[in-house]
Amino acid sequence: MTATAASTARIAALALSSALALCACEREMRRFETPPDNRSSARPETPRTSTLQPAEARSDAVRMPAGNGEGYEGNAYNVAQGKRLYRWYNCGGCHAQGGGGMGPALIDDQWRYGSEPAQIFSTIMQGRPNGMPSFGGHLSEDQVWQLTAYVRSMSGQLRKDVAPGRADSLQANEPEAARDREPPRPGAK
Amino acid sequence: MMEALHDVLAPFGPQAAHVRELWLLTLAVCTVVFAAVLAALLFALLRAPRANAQSPPGLSDLGRPEPGKRRSVIAAVAASTLLLLALIAASIFTDRALARLSTEGALRLEVTAHQWWWEVRYVEPNVADSFITANEIHVPTGRPVIVTLKADDVIHSFWVPSLAGKKDLLPGRTTTMNFRADRDGVYRGQCAEFCGSQHALMAFFVVADPPERYAAWAAAQRRTASEPTESQPMRGREIFMRSSCAMCHAIDGTTAQAVRGPNLTHVASRGTLAAGALANTPEDLKRWIADPQQIKPGTYMPATRLAPEEMDALVGYLQTLR
Repeated sequence: MTATAASTARIAALALSSALALCACEREMRRFETPPDNRSSARPETPRTSTLQPAEARSDAVRMPAGNGEGYEGNAYNVAQGKRLYRWYNCGGCHAQGGGGMGPALIDDQWRYGSEPAQIFSTIMQGRPNGMPSFGGHLSEDQVWQLTAYVRSMSGQLRKDVAPGRADSLQANEPEAARDREPPRPGAK
Repeated sequence: MMEALHDVLAPFGPQAAHVRELWLLTLAVCTVVFAAVLAALLFALLRAPRANAQSPPGLSDLGRPEPGKRRSVIAAVAASTLLLLALIAASIFTDRALARLSTEGALRLEVTAHQWWWEVRYVEPNVADSFITANEIHVPTGRPVIVTLKADDVIHSFWVPSLAGKKDLLPGRTTTMNFRADRDGVYRGQCAEFCGSQHALMAFFVVADPPERYAAWAAAQRRTASEPTESQPMRGREIFMRSSCAMCHAIDGTTAQAVRGPNLTHVASRGTLAAGALANTPEDLKRWIADPQQIKPGTYMPATRLAPEEMDALVGYLQTLR
């Protein structure tokens, strides 16, 4: 092995190990800081598709998502926060623990309005006809991205080491981390 | 910030006095034992040496220990056992004394610990008289209080050193604790069981008032929120109901009815914000709303982005909630 080959191998090993370390950090990192204010950046807006809203209704348009949930889908803390918010904001009131009730199921392979993070984000922000309230302006974008990541974990769309394990409170089905991925199929039942 | 007493050694109620007596007894016993052990050690060190560097090691003792040593070891073990038993007895008697506090005509409270604040529910015989507040407990002096303790998420511990001992709050279980404040004043309480990132900033206050002052306070707390009359607070109320505030907080008499964060019906009447982390001033309230992570990293309160005039209106409205 020549000196250059050895040093190349060393650099490669170093790069690989630092990449692994970064991934590991990213997975369990808890960022206790407010995400930067992005209201100043112009983003396309879209009207609300539901008049149902918590407390008192707003009539302003909601902003389209920036990106596709980067930084949330791969981070266990954000997904766990999403799980907490799902309980806090009574998403289970309509979707139950993912099996569905008044609202559609979230643990199957059916996605009426798309399974991509940006699509779920818009569903929460704009609301949907027939009952999904519009949470735009009532929740911070940060919280909506956390909820989005958790909703995707419910049907096994996230890596198993990121999805939540056993719940602290009563949970009728297996932990999200133990679920098999349901390949998304567009359309409604 | 509120001036408050927070001292185990200065009790202002019978429960804290019992705990202090037990502590003093334990301190005295442990001091005597510690001094005796050190004295024995010094005696052994300073005793005239009976051997020098040239004398061969004495191995004859290994088979049959010296009777003098054996006697002193037996005496020391016996004394330690007796003293420990005495401390156990003292601890049992203290527990009995704490349990014997008369609860006749007691005020009933239900305290639920959340990460990282305290929810306080006043449970009155007449349900309509019950009300909810947060992080600040008012009690009448001389009247016993029965506190029912619950936890919403993880284990916390309720501790007001000047009034009573500690009691854990456990998720899924209910515990109770009784205390009485014999002198009016403000007593600081603190979560005493590590409960996550903001455990250190999870304080609360017990304000002991003469009975008539307490009754006036309770009557004010039972009222629903005052309706704003000026334009700026009215605008603030609108902002509150239409943004993220109403997702977690309740203000009685309005459409905000969420129970995830502290009840804000009379938030302006409290001395502190964010479980004792901040003084209740308009400036601190603005800082807290704009970026809670700066003040309590990890807190579940999200940042609310508002234009300066909107923030002024919102804080103006919250200031009217007395």
